[in-house]
Amino acid sequence: MTGISLFEVIGPNMVGPSSSHTAGAVSMALLAQKMFQGAIEKVDFTLYGSFAKTYKGHGTDRALLGGIMGYETDDLRIRDSFALAKRTGLKYSFSVSEENDVHPNTADIHITGTDGKRLFVRGVSLGGGKVKIVRLNKIEVEFTGEYSTLIVSQTDRQGVAAHITKSLSDHNVNIAFMRLFREEKGADAYTVVESDEKIPEEALECIKANPYVSDVMLVQV
Amino acid sequence: MDFRSGKELLELCVQEQLPISQVMKLREIELQETSEKEVNSKMKKALNIMRNAAYDPIKNEVSSIGGLIGGEAKKLENLRVEGKSLCGGAISKAMAYAMAVLEVNASMGVIVAAPTAGSSGVLPGVLLSLQEEYGLSDDQILEGLYTAGAVGYLLMRNASVSGAQAGCQAEVGSAAAMAAAAAVEMMGGTPDQALSAATGAISNLLGLVCDPVRGLVENPCQNRNAIGAANALINAEQALAGITQLIPFDEMVQAMYHVGRSLPFELRESALGGCAATPTACNMNCPSCT
Repeated sequence: MTGISLFEVIGPNMVGPSSSHTAGAVSMALLAQKMFQGAIEKVDFTLYGSFAKTYKGHGTDRALLGGIMGYETDDLRIRDSFALAKRTGLKYSFSVSEENDVHPNTADIHITGTDGKRLFVRGVSLGGGKVKIVRLNKIEVEFTGEYSTLIVSQTDRQGVAAHITKSLSDHNVNIAFMRLFREEKGADAYTVVESDEKIPEEALECIKANPYVSDVMLVQV
Repeated sequence: MDFRSGKELLELCVQEQLPISQVMKLREIELQETSEKEVNSKMKKALNIMRNAAYDPIKNEVSSIGGLIGGEAKKLENLRVEGKSLCGGAISKAMAYAMAVLEVNASMGVIVAAPTAGSSGVLPGVLLSLQEEYGLSDDQILEGLYTAGAVGYLLMRNASVSGAQAGCQAEVGSAAAMAAAAAVEMMGGTPDQALSAATGAISNLLGLVCDPVRGLVENPCQNRNAIGAANALINAEQALAGITQLIPFDEMVQAMYHVGRSLPFELRESALGGCAATPTACNMNCPSCT
């Protein structure tokens, strides 16, 4: 922990009452919303650990729903996110789980799009408003959304990583971190690339051209 | 320009002939590869949020989601306006504003975590009180925020500002240290005196546990913000008077961290000990035990 920004100390600017249980909840749901990249019909949340026990008193439920509707951590509309969701026809549900072998501040987010597309995201709130995504659909991953993040859904085959890095360098993207996450050799996998700067849309098209790439998600800073 | 300890920060201040606030600002510009204008504008936005959160509950009462607090800041303000304050101007206002921010926080209003939401009242309480009492400009308050940021950064880097990790001493204790250093610089003290005030503020709250009733950021958190603000002003005054600390800042930061790590789980934001475990609190249907 060396590169702590001044605005991590004096910040985040946020709707209260808790940086981990409110601001962190907004951030992880907002990340899921950005990854989904489409109109959302329905979202189902499952809360674990401390989230499960204290979510009402911390507004964690309103915060998660607000994030799904694209609100930032300091957006006062979070207070009224239930009413606002109802007005826009967004369906939602919350359930709690007794399972305790996960981080105490964990939420599962199941998104269903108006076109039937589905995405499963598991987020963890680390404290101070910081979050990380630890699972995407069936695969365990790890990224924070603090950088511009490109998530490539692919089949684990030789040459895909090289294709991704070439596509990015052709578009002058400097890679800060890059990791491959997979269930098993040769199966479905995600490559997560993080960059300090914005990643141009054209780079995505280029990456998608590879036959082993099935989808590309992009979260810009 | 970067520093990893209080010692390195003071060396930089001497070497560059700059106050702590400026060193911290330059560090941020370098770290984020950004401009002074950009950093200043972000800090002004934070100050605006702090100001609204400190002043709003005195005009318009707000009620918390948990229902444990609300209206306390206004009561303090009323007492002071009637000329009946015991603590006098600076401390009286600082505690009213600190408590006000916690009311806003507990009602899902907008605050600036500084360093956390649970301790978000201390810094605005101290800074805005001093601004009113001593006619300080907004620019001076902004400098104070940078100084506070430097101290908070060192605490975050070398110890912890999380109640779940190290108790309330890491939250309100850290906020008080940040505010104490800011107050010293705003009132014309040296970088040495600023860190000395921060050191005293940490040592006064060593061991303070995090024991929120029903697990909510309401009680005793709101009151602890008032004590954090008063603690910051007391230590700033001592430092400005030339009183020095026996233990250096960096050693005190480590002491706080070690004390925090040795606190049992029950006293680190689990709502299983301290105030949260009293019969009265337990009878309030606390979610931690159900």
